[in-house]
Amino acid sequence: MARPPSRRPGYDRKAQYGLFAGYVVAVSGAAVGLLLIVVAMFDPTGFAAIRSTAGEITRPISATMRQLVSGVGTVDEQIVAYFRAGSQNVGLRRQVDANRTRLIEAAAIEQENLRLKKLLKLVEDEDGEVVAARLISSSSSSSRRMARLNAGKSQGAYAGMPVRAPEGLIGRIQTAGPNTAEVLLLTDSQSIVPVRRAKDNIAAICTGLDDGSLEIRSLNAGNNPFKPGDIMVTSGTGGLYRPNIPVAIIVRVEGDKSIAAPLANPARVEAVIVQRPFEATVTRPAAPAPADEAAPAAPVAP
Amino acid sequence: MIPEGPRLGGNPSRFRLKATPLITVMLGSMLTALPIIAQSPVLPPVGLLLLLSWRLLRPELWPAWIALPLGFFDDMMSGQPLGSAMCLWTLTMIAIDFSERRLIWRDYWQDWLIAGIAVIFCISGGLWFARLTGGGGTIALVAPQILWSVLLYPFVARQCAWLDRWRIMA
Repeated sequence: MARPPSRRPGYDRKAQYGLFAGYVVAVSGAAVGLLLIVVAMFDPTGFAAIRSTAGEITRPISATMRQLVSGVGTVDEQIVAYFRAGSQNVGLRRQVDANRTRLIEAAAIEQENLRLKKLLKLVEDEDGEVVAARLISSSSSSSRRMARLNAGKSQGAYAGMPVRAPEGLIGRIQTAGPNTAEVLLLTDSQSIVPVRRAKDNIAAICTGLDDGSLEIRSLNAGNNPFKPGDIMVTSGTGGLYRPNIPVAIIVRVEGDKSIAAPLANPARVEAVIVQRPFEATVTRPAAPAPADEAAPAAPVAP
Repeated sequence: MIPEGPRLGGNPSRFRLKATPLITVMLGSMLTALPIIAQSPVLPPVGLLLLLSWRLLRPELWPAWIALPLGFFDDMMSGQPLGSAMCLWTLTMIAIDFSERRLIWRDYWQDWLIAGIAVIFCISGGLWFARLTGGGGTIALVAPQILWSVLLYPFVARQCAWLDRWRIMA
C-alpha cells in the first residue's frame, strides 16, 4: 500500500498553517505533560481531584461488575481443588482436629490475657473501624499498584487511613474522593510498613516490590534473622497501622533481605475494612498517675 | 422491503464519522474500570493500541494533538501519574507523522513494527514516569505487558478495520 497523501497540504497556505499549528499544539501539549510529571514528582497526590472524578464516574460500572464476578479471581483455585478433592479432604480433616485443640488453648490464653491486662489496668482501645467496603478496580495497566475502594469521604474514609482485610493488611488510602478512594496497596514500592516477626519481636521494614511480592529488611543491619515461613505482623511503630495486623509470610531469603508474600490477596478478599489511623499514645489513659509519682522520685536517684 | 444494515451510497452521520474512533479509544482506556485487582501490570494498554490502530489505518483522521485529550483521559483512568500518557502518546503521534514522510511503501508488517516500537516506547516511558513520581520496578516488571501488547496489536487493528467499515457505511 502506498502512503496516503493526506499529510501534504500542497500549495494551500491555509492548510499548511493549519498543519503547522497542529504540531505546535501537540509539542507544547507534550511539554505540558512533562511539566505535570515534574509537579507530581514533588506532590504525588496533587491532582487528587481529577483522579477521584474519574473514580466517581466509573464507580457504578466497576461496583456492579464486581458484584457479578466476585468469584472470577479464584476460578483457577476452584478447578485445582476439584481435582485434589479426595486427598485434600483427608488433609483438611486432620488439620481441623489439630486446630480444634489449638483453638481451645487460644481461648484459655485469651482469658488469661484479659485478666492480666485488667491487672495492669490497660484499657483495650476500640477497634477503630470506620467502614467496610469493596475494592472495585485497580491500576491494572500501570506499573503502580493502586486499587479503588468503593467508599470515600462521605462514608468516613479519608486519606492516610489504613485498610485491612480479615486475612491481613491491604494498604492505606492515598487519596479520597466523595464516594471512592485510591488505596496504595502493600505491594507498591511507595508503601513502607514497620513490621515485626510474630513469634518474637525482631523488627523489620516491609516494602513493596511492585510485582505482588514484598521485601522485608531487618532493622539491625548485618545479619538476616528471618527464615522462610516466618509470619510478619505490624508492629505499630510510628503510628498509622495498628499493631498485630498480619502482613506477610517470608518465602525466600536473599542475602540481607527477605522476599515475602502478602497474607491478604486484594484480588481475593471479599470486603476490606478501613480503620482509623493508630496513635500509640492513646492506649494508656492511666499514664499520668504513675508519671506524678515518678517525677518526685527522679531527683532522689542521683 | 430493504433490510437495515450497511449499504453503499448512504451518508453516515457526521457524529458517527467523528465520534466512533474517539469513543472506542476512550472505552479502551476505561478497561481499567473492570473489577480486576491486579498484582502486577497485566492489562495491555488497550486505549493506546486502539489509538495506534486508528492512526495507522486512517492517517487523515486525526491531527497529532488528538493524543493530548485522549492521553489525559487515559491518565485519569490508568493510575499513572497525570501527564504521562499525554506526553508519551503525543510524542508517538508526532513520530508516526514524521516516519510517514520517510516510508514510501507501507504494508501490514510495517504497521505492526511501528505499533510495536510505539508500544515499547509508551510502556517503558510510563514505567520511567512512574519511577520518577515515587513508584518502582524494573523493565522486567513490564516486559510481559509489552510482549502481549505487541502480540495483541494485529487483533485490535482488525477490530478497528471492522468498526471502520461500519463507521463509513451508513
